[in-house]
Amino acid sequence: MLSKKNKEVLFNPLSKDNPVLVQILGICSTLAVTANLEPSIVMGISVIAVLAFSNVIISLIRNTIPTSIRIIVQLVVVATLVIMVQQFLIAFDYDVSKQLSVFIGLIITNCILMGRLEAFALNNRPWPSFLDGIGNGLGYAAILVIVGFFRELLGSGTLFGYQVIPQFCYDHGYMNNGLMILPPMALITVACIIWVHRARNKELQENN
Amino acid sequence: MKALRKLMDKAKPLFSPGGSLEKLQSVYDGFESFLFTPNTTSQSGVNVHDGNDLKRTMITVIVALLPCLFFGMYNIGLQHFIAIGTPDVSAWSMFVYGLLALLPVIVVSYAVGLGIEFIGAQIHHKEIQEGFLVTGLLIPLIVPINTPLWMTAVATAFAVIFAKEVFGGTGMNIFNVALITRAFLFFAYPSKMSGDEAFVKLDSALGYGGGTVADGFSGATPLGQVATNVGDTLSASLDTMQAFLGTIPGSPGETSMVAILIGAAILLFTGVASWRVMCSVFVGGFAMAALAHALPSSTYPASLLDPCAQLCYGGFAFAAVFMATDPVTGARTKTGQYIYGFLIGVIAILIRVYNSGYPEGAMLAILLMNAFAPLIDYCVVQRNVKRRLARLNANSQKGGHENE
Repeated sequence: MLSKKNKEVLFNPLSKDNPVLVQILGICSTLAVTANLEPSIVMGISVIAVLAFSNVIISLIRNTIPTSIRIIVQLVVVATLVIMVQQFLIAFDYDVSKQLSVFIGLIITNCILMGRLEAFALNNRPWPSFLDGIGNGLGYAAILVIVGFFRELLGSGTLFGYQVIPQFCYDHGYMNNGLMILPPMALITVACIIWVHRARNKELQENN
Repeated sequence: MKALRKLMDKAKPLFSPGGSLEKLQSVYDGFESFLFTPNTTSQSGVNVHDGNDLKRTMITVIVALLPCLFFGMYNIGLQHFIAIGTPDVSAWSMFVYGLLALLPVIVVSYAVGLGIEFIGAQIHHKEIQEGFLVTGLLIPLIVPINTPLWMTAVATAFAVIFAKEVFGGTGMNIFNVALITRAFLFFAYPSKMSGDEAFVKLDSALGYGGGTVADGFSGATPLGQVATNVGDTLSASLDTMQAFLGTIPGSPGETSMVAILIGAAILLFTGVASWRVMCSVFVGGFAMAALAHALPSSTYPASLLDPCAQLCYGGFAFAAVFMATDPVTGARTKTGQYIYGFLIGVIAILIRVYNSGYPEGAMLAILLMNAFAPLIDYCVVQRNVKRRLARLNANSQKGGHENE
């Protein structure tokens, strides 16, 4: 079930081959949806779902897709899944789907998806492709959650909308950092995570 | 001096490799080269260069900043005692109040900034550079006096790490570090950085001064008053002479045109700052202010200010003299410096007049042009390369014909 190779496929994207930290893909949505923790998590789960199932579908039909129109086929599959996720969110979590606005729809253009379909699903069997989708989705979602955690905590003083920083601190002059809510700070937060990640993984550092 | 030298010599073995404090060697080196001229010389080849080094350049800028610093201290006291309704106390007590109000900010700025520089130098086993000397003094001068100290500390740490250390330290930064500090505060804590309560200190400074605020007092800066103006004429009582002397509310260093001009004279006389940048900022600012004044509009009340007043108010002059002329972040080619300075002036007044969200635009203008400075330099250099190439081709063609 989980051979050594499959384990690598599943767990490598979490750290050593992380789509956001190492391949620097999917940055746009990472900046756009992480002002609060809840939409970050919902976005992460949506991407995991779309990525896993589109990987499986493409992998199943990989031998029948003519090479010249493969991008169109991939887009059709991804777009179908994204619309399903979007309708699901509108039905069951309307407020968050409002917050995420266009960014659920924009999963279609997420570079991680096209990257995984092109690089993995087209050449591998469905089960490894499924694991690859789950692994990369988790790697992406993990970064979203970390960024969302720090941005909501420092920018609004809340987590999931509940106040976390005690009133006591505000009474003594503490203030929320308005810059954390703005997109530039998401970029710097991601940069900090990359910094820590590279410092901990010597094999990622270039020799110069 | 001799006693100091002896003390340093005695401490040296402790910090050398193998000594008990070897981890702090860069700190020792930093202090030694700050106090004494190093007695080491070049070991390979001959290096002929100016005796002017980074340390002396930095000290010159510090000296040029002193008039602004001292006047800023006096003005903090002046504004304070006007606010509490006792404007007739002596100038000396005003100065002492301002000194006590500003001193904690200076201490925090240097402690945080130098602390991070020391740690950075220690990690990378590099010598400590003097780069933060000027930045550390600029920060207290451009941050409103009522900004809580912890905010200044956070912003300074952010600026030193993300605007300077990650780019490679002193001399490698793309953006002006002091302005990044202010921009961080401006966007992170906007309520503390503008409005009526930011620029005049009302409570006591380290136990000195303080009192009840007089009736009808408003701490709004002139530009803040202008920004809220309604109608076709300026209703606020503005006195350009006051702005020239500097007895108006504002960030500590920026109010007095006189003090800034003394600083400018020192910088230009010693050749530390580029007169091209400095002059073209003022020219650009004046041109844009004149244009705005020629097309006055009640929607944009700052366009009602006449151009000369426009240059005296706010942080424009201070930014032009001390920020735009930063040699690290500015343009380096001569033509580039004219373009760079001119655009800073134009954009600063453009933001001030036509963006109702920001009563002052000098900070944002300089940060924006910092980003464009390398591009300006690149274009100037490429134009020069093309011109010379064209001349070479023309000459060689002519030469070819002559040979025929």
